[in-house]
Amino acid sequence: MRLEGLERIPSGCAICGIFSRSGKKFDGSGIVKSIAVMHDRSNGLGGGFAGYGIYPEYKDYYALHLFFDDTQAKKNCEDFLGRHFDIAHYSEIPTKRTPGVDKAPLIWRYFAAPHTTKLSASQLDEKEYVVKQVFYINTEIKGCHVVSSGKNMGVFKGVGYPEDIAKFYMLEDYRGYCFTAHGRYPTNTPGWWGGAHPFGLLDYSVVHNGEISSYDANRRSIEMYGYNCALKTDTEVITYIIDYLHRRKGLTLEEISWVVAAPFWQTIEDMPEEDRKIREYLRNAFSDQLITGPFSIIVGFEGGMMALNDRLKLRSMVVGEKGDMVYISSEEAAIRLIEPDLDCIWSPKGGEAVIVTLDNELEGGGN
Amino acid sequence: MGAFDVLPDYEISRNLDRCIVCRVCERQCANQAHEYVPEEDAMASDESKCVNCHRCVSLCPTRALKIVRSSNTYKLNDNWTDKIIKEISIQASTGSVLLSSMGNPEDYPIYFDKITINASQVTNPPIDPLREPMETRVFLGPKPDSVERDSNGKIIPNLPPQVKLSMPMMFSAMSYGSISYNAHESLARAASELGICYNTGEGGLHEDFYKFGPNTIVQVASGRFGVHKQYLNQGAAVEIKMGQGAKPGIGGHLPGKKIVADVSRTRMTPEGSDAISPAPHHDIYSIEDLRQLVFSLKEATDYKKPIIVKIAAVHNVAAIASGIARSGADIIAIDGFRGGTGAAPTRIRDSVGIPIELALAAVDSKLRLEGIRGKVSIIAGGGIRSSTDIVKAIALGADAVYLGTSALLALGCHLCRSCQAGKCNWGIATQEPELVRRLNPSIGAKRLVNLMTAWQHEIEEIMGGMGINSIEALKGNRLMLRGVGLNEKELSVLGIKHAGEGQD
Amino acid sequence: MKRVYVNEEWCLGCHLCEYYCAFAQTNQVSMARALKGRKIHPHIRVEESGAVHFAVSCRHCEIPLCVKGCITGALSIDDGIIKVDESRCIGCFTCILSCPYGAISPSPDGHAARKCELCQATAAGVPLCAANCPNQAIVYEDRG
Repeated sequence: MRLEGLERIPSGCAICGIFSRSGKKFDGSGIVKSIAVMHDRSNGLGGGFAGYGIYPEYKDYYALHLFFDDTQAKKNCEDFLGRHFDIAHYSEIPTKRTPGVDKAPLIWRYFAAPHTTKLSASQLDEKEYVVKQVFYINTEIKGCHVVSSGKNMGVFKGVGYPEDIAKFYMLEDYRGYCFTAHGRYPTNTPGWWGGAHPFGLLDYSVVHNGEISSYDANRRSIEMYGYNCALKTDTEVITYIIDYLHRRKGLTLEEISWVVAAPFWQTIEDMPEEDRKIREYLRNAFSDQLITGPFSIIVGFEGGMMALNDRLKLRSMVVGEKGDMVYISSEEAAIRLIEPDLDCIWSPKGGEAVIVTLDNELEGGGN
Repeated sequence: MGAFDVLPDYEISRNLDRCIVCRVCERQCANQAHEYVPEEDAMASDESKCVNCHRCVSLCPTRALKIVRSSNTYKLNDNWTDKIIKEISIQASTGSVLLSSMGNPEDYPIYFDKITINASQVTNPPIDPLREPMETRVFLGPKPDSVERDSNGKIIPNLPPQVKLSMPMMFSAMSYGSISYNAHESLARAASELGICYNTGEGGLHEDFYKFGPNTIVQVASGRFGVHKQYLNQGAAVEIKMGQGAKPGIGGHLPGKKIVADVSRTRMTPEGSDAISPAPHHDIYSIEDLRQLVFSLKEATDYKKPIIVKIAAVHNVAAIASGIARSGADIIAIDGFRGGTGAAPTRIRDSVGIPIELALAAVDSKLRLEGIRGKVSIIAGGGIRSSTDIVKAIALGADAVYLGTSALLALGCHLCRSCQAGKCNWGIATQEPELVRRLNPSIGAKRLVNLMTAWQHEIEEIMGGMGINSIEALKGNRLMLRGVGLNEKELSVLGIKHAGEGQD
Repeated sequence: MKRVYVNEEWCLGCHLCEYYCAFAQTNQVSMARALKGRKIHPHIRVEESGAVHFAVSCRHCEIPLCVKGCITGALSIDDGIIKVDESRCIGCFTCILSCPYGAISPSPDGHAARKCELCQATAAGVPLCAANCPNQAIVYEDRG
């Protein structure tokens, strides 16, 4: 089987996301209905979901979702995990046989905390330590792939239509304050589950529709900072850019949108002096992270969700609101289907980030 | 003609049906290759004096003149070629080093011509530069290590000094002395109008051109000609010239006859005596010495000017560049072996150094491998001939390019490669007032602006085709390139795939 | 009005202007055919002495002494351009004597005075001396 990453595969896609500002939990059935209505935007070669707030009982542990090719890979990986993490709990992720979904790998989850002595010996901060181990597993342990690695969140994905993947993972059994979804339309036929989306790193998950023309410029620069673009997908490099700018450079998500979907110089020049200086600075200092070509992305992160289009808005994306609920989708129909009576609905401009966060921090992980 | 003289390579062909004996050829040839013969009321010519600069050809109002390759030939020999035989004969007569000008003309591979560019089809859209903004602005200089914020969390812009360019092109170093006042004025005016930079070379900066300071790179080379505090602070950046693509490992030599009063004053060297810059900087015998010069110049300019270090593309260029990136330099300029010169020993020019495409790719890859590409910008020069060369250079990893020969061509140069003689009929590589005035800077500047603007349009079109609407997304974007007819090793040094390969 | 102006600084002394002027007068297509083997009688001339050279032609003065001095009315101002009506010119050459720039000359046959009329009546329609000056030492422009 040719793994994702042995070749670079452009894809068209459907994406959507649902978020509850109040932190009120809802199950995965809504997001499935929403992505399913955009069936024609994917072709059965990839579908997936990210859920946030789904693991309240283990909210302080990194929830590592893993794909294994076989039991030997699983054993090798578990040996590695045992050496680097304290595992509070682990289990096979529940699935059920579903027509249209086959060639599934072994799918397990581990709730892990960095091994204290290993962590302090590494001289890394905790998140960097986790990232390092994730990269090690993905590149060095044969037949293993870390699907997601954030706290109180998880990614569920595979090869198939998204609605079938949802059935396979029984997504309706999960309850969270945020779900995002992806249906993939790749231009050839990848068979590997690891290549489906969302792409996750720590608590960041990205679903993306588009094909970025800046890919190799972005990849070659982000790889300088220790990221390994093994999958060669746009989504992977976008996730790393967001992690790099947000976690490592301390930019806010809004500032990140001014970097990756930077306003044109002529727009910047018309801004008031203070704004202009900061925009100029960000565009110049992080010029390698500018993303060109079509993209619409939904970024899930702990306590929030961001939607962003490329600066020319070469991909469709609409946002709707009802009460405390926020809906984002490639197509309006996918929102109307699950919430016909919206307070408002609009199409964000190219480069205009829509960022929603929880009104209050979740208490006790919520329920 | 003596027994050991060699026959000229070119002949002057005059169509007598067309010649009206206006004598413009005679008046315009500083080498006196044309002559009026009163007895016959006709023109005669002496090809032994002709340098094939095409001044007469260009000005002949009836197009009666052309320069043709001499059909005179020795017995065919692919090893001892006509060229080699002639050169040996000349050296046997003169006992001298062969001298040449401009870039290496020999038949080495031109990698730019074996690289093709991508375009968008179906899966993402091309962008139409006539309808959408297309951005070519670049900044040269290091990126900050971290983002600083004030107590309110607001970003404090902490960028080190940068050079801002409206497009990723600059005119490369050509000194006042090696080229004329009018050539310098043309370059300075064009750079200023375009929002890019020209470069003083190692010849100082004429006071008349101080006003173009924001568009001037001031150079400090091994002879330190024309360097003083005001000079250093006049430019947009200071360039330390360690080497030149046309003559790596060789200093400079400006003949005394080019050191006329004005040049002498600007260079701060005596009038009429040869200005010889040493091969090394005698205060730089190692990388740590370079660091000291970099910081001396930063001190002298109050840390307000980026420091460029220019090196010739030699075998170990990547490791050298990595050392330079750690020396405090802000920008590295790499000059390929096709780069031009006002004079160089022919053997050096034609046999020393490596192609810019390979050097650039190697440097960019090395700096990225070491995680220090953000510490420096890269300027590539030496053999860049068109907008597509520029696009390819940027996709290989350059931030901007230096253009020397193409700028001179815009000014009228016909690449006769006789700059060292100082009798440039086009008013470029000369200090003779009668010849200098042949280059009207109003025309020169306009032609340079035209050329750069045309290339900018082409770059925008090509970028748009790739679906890229800002030049920074092209930088180092090697997936946009494919090799045609290159071997595995060449592809691996260039870091590109072969045509026909997908994005695997 | 547009006039021919010369700039000594950029004059190369190449004399091309003289040949283009002579060519313009012939109204022919090929300069080689038009001027081959002929002596030329240009209305513009390059004056030179050593390193100094510059072209001289009629300035189309606003108060022209030549027109004032013409005894037959052969010289007149037509839309700012000073023209010679050869049918009225008797060849007294008062105009040649009175022009301070030496911009008027006798015709080759000595019958009448001739001068630059800015190529308005030629096939080219614009002054070829300016159009073909290689260094913009001669320009044809409106300086008010």
